[in-house]
Order: sequence, then C-alpha cells, then structure tokens
Amino acid sequence: MAADDSRPESGAFFARDSTVHPPALTPSYKTSLARSPKHAKLSLGTTLSEMTGPVFGHDLLGDLDNDLILNFAAPGESAIGPRIVVHGRLLDERGRPVPGALIEVWQANAGGRYRHKKESYLAPLDPNFGGCGRVITDDEGHYCFRTIQPGPYPWPNGPNEWRPAHIHFSIFGHGFAQRLITQMYFEGDPLIPRCPIVRTIPDEAAIRRLIAPLDMNHTIPMDARAYKFDIVLRGRRSTLFENRLEGN
Amino acid sequence: MVQRLDDLKETSSQTAGPYVHIGLTPNFAGISGVYAEDLGKRVIEDGVKGERIVVSGKVMDGTGTPLKDALIEIWQADADGLYNSPSETRGRADPKCSGWGRIPVDMADGSFSFETIKPGRVPHPTGKDQAPHITFWIVARGINIGLQTRMYFSDEEAANKEDPILSRIEHQNRVPTLIAEQDRAGYRFDIRIQGHKETIFFDI
Repeated sequence: MAADDSRPESGAFFARDSTVHPPALTPSYKTSLARSPKHAKLSLGTTLSEMTGPVFGHDLLGDLDNDLILNFAAPGESAIGPRIVVHGRLLDERGRPVPGALIEVWQANAGGRYRHKKESYLAPLDPNFGGCGRVITDDEGHYCFRTIQPGPYPWPNGPNEWRPAHIHFSIFGHGFAQRLITQMYFEGDPLIPRCPIVRTIPDEAAIRRLIAPLDMNHTIPMDARAYKFDIVLRGRRSTLFENRLEGN
Repeated sequence: MVQRLDDLKETSSQTAGPYVHIGLTPNFAGISGVYAEDLGKRVIEDGVKGERIVVSGKVMDGTGTPLKDALIEIWQADADGLYNSPSETRGRADPKCSGWGRIPVDMADGSFSFETIKPGRVPHPTGKDQAPHITFWIVARGINIGLQTRMYFSDEEAANKEDPILSRIEHQNRVPTLIAEQDRAGYRFDIRIQGHKETIFFDI
C-alpha cells in the first residue's frame, strides 16, 4: 500500500495503452503467426475480478531467493560469469511505488544455456547455476537481486538469429489486470536492434525502456557491476468518485 | 500550449518464451532445491468451503495443435464470491482458497488440469451479479502479451444468461467459447487461440 493512502487500493485500472505493447501478430517473430488471435479483443472494463489480485507475503522468500549466484550452487561454490546486481523500482503509471509486489526472474547462464529439458544448445550447463530468482518489492517499491550476466543465445527463427543477453521478468502488482511478463536487455548490446522479439514492440521509446543502463554508482567495487531496471505497471484511479461496490 | 501530463508509460510486454518454467515453475522444469514448491500449485487447501471441481483442457494454436509450452494462471473468487486479495473490500475471503493458481501444461501432450472450487457470484460495477467465472491468463512462446479470458460453467445457464459481460457480447455465437462443458472429471475448457471457434479474449 502506498504510504499516502491507508485504504486498500480498489479503483479501476487505467486502460492499457496498446501502443507501448507488441501486437499479437508479429510475423518476423514466426511463432506468433499461429499463436495470435484473429479476432479483436473484447473490451470489458475492469470488474472486481481484475481489480483484485493475489499478493504474496515476505515469508514466501528464502534467504537466497534473490541471489542467483548462490541459490543453486553447491556449498562453497558459485555460478561462473560476470557478476552483476540488478536493481530498480516498481512504479505505477502515476509514479507511485508498488510495494509488496512479487517479481520473478529467469535467465540463461553466462554461455547462453538455459537449464531446461527442451533446451538443446550445445553450450554447457553451469553446475552451479539454476537461473531462477524472486524478490518482493520493499515499502518504496525497490527490488534488488544478484546474478551473473546471461550470454546471448541462438534460436531457430531466422537462419542466424541470436537473442540479445536478457533476463525475463514476471511481475505481479496488486490487481490481476496489472499482471505483466517482460524482458530486460543490457545497455550497449548490438543484438538488441537486430532481434525480432525486441522488434515486436513498434515504439522505439518503449524499447529503450526495456534496456537497463550500467549503473556505476551501485556497482560494488571488486565484486559486481550494477544495472538499473525500473518497471512501470498500470495505474489505477483513486476511489473517491468511483461507483464503489463497498459503499463507503 | 498546455500543461504536461506526467503519467509514466507502462513497461512493454514481451513473450514469456519457451523456458518460462525455469522462473515460474522451476520444480516442474527439473530445477529442484531452489524453491520448496512451485508457486500456485494449489488453489485450495483441505477444509475449503464450496463444491470441489476439476477443470481440464488444452490450449490450441491456429493449426489445432496443442501448445506444449504454455503456462496458465487462474484467478477466482471463493465459494461466497470474495477474492483473497488486499483489494477485496467486501469481507474476508475463505483463507483455504487462495483463488490463484499457476498451471504449466503437460510438456508431452499439452493438457492441463487443476483442482479448485466453484466460485461464487461476484458483483459487476453496474450492481448486477456476474455469473460464476474463473479468469484465465495465458502466456507462452509466440504470445507477445498475456491473453486474458474467462471460463464460465455450462450448468449455470440462468446466471450466464443474465451475466453483464456475456450478455453484452455482440457475437453471441462466440459465447460458447467461454463456457466449460461438464465431463466425467469435472469441467472441460479448451482454449483456441486462433481460427475456428476462436476463444474470446478480453482487453481488461
């Protein structure tokens, strides 16, 4: 709950601005061809079913859940690769922090290899790297985790397509309508403008907002570099003039 | 000139990709020892109020092929129509019903199945009651932004008929795509992303 509002948030969400999101059908990303609806989405207007959503307590988290360098490693070992800290804030469209929100991340290892049954890239697994982590935002919406920088990864879309280094993010807000999955990219990666998945987003400015800058001020000297990635979820109206169901 | 609106822009969605399980259901992906249990594995606990049901189905692409890498999340009210959420202002939901579940489809045949309870009716902003429904959110490789739909129940004919959302749909011949049929195990809800009998998806 935002510090300036002690009542539960129950206002309707702002309509999604579809111009910042990829359309469903993006032919250069081939899998989208058979996995995109042909009919228009039906506009519903938010109801309680979308204004509410699950919220997870801090007791969910284990000590190493936000440390991908150690959370899969054998005792005394650690994952191989460039050590980084990824941090940022979770805000809504009104610029208010979103506290107590669960953020889950997953990624390939330093060589671009995912730990997954269906993955067949010849780069080796790192025995000390799993690739998953999670964190809950603090009272000001901050989150932070530690990991190794993932490597680029080839995929069978075009004949010679490589994903930029990226970390997948899954974010819960306070309402199910805010549910979001996205990908974070790294400043300066020349693969970003070449990637058909990046280019599913039509808006250049929106793409730039997925690229985390190197953040020297948060870098830990002689230990880990830092990247900053702020995330914005849908805003919601205040309930003052809503046709409120709770009747207050 | 006018004043500037200083609202921020929502972060853009990107596909969850084929390895979504690593992050969201690591134990299902074969990554054990990081989280004790995959989040959202159980929607209900023993002692939950209401009628227990099993919902199963598949998610099909435009060629009729089941997606074997989809991940579904559901969100629903408890038996009394209350959501287990801090934003629920009408009362306290049954603590044995989280109302939220996360279901990876089977990697071999694309089927999914989950156990829950039949949700109660929830009011619509117009004041009318909605018919019992479960919200579905589907992500996968090839899906650029999560697809939202709703599952209604075939044995709630009267409630469905007066549901403020179902009754507002112009193409009434598409309404059956949102209605789960009863089968031996419980309810069957197939989702067709594209083409013949394409499921209705919502912009919410």
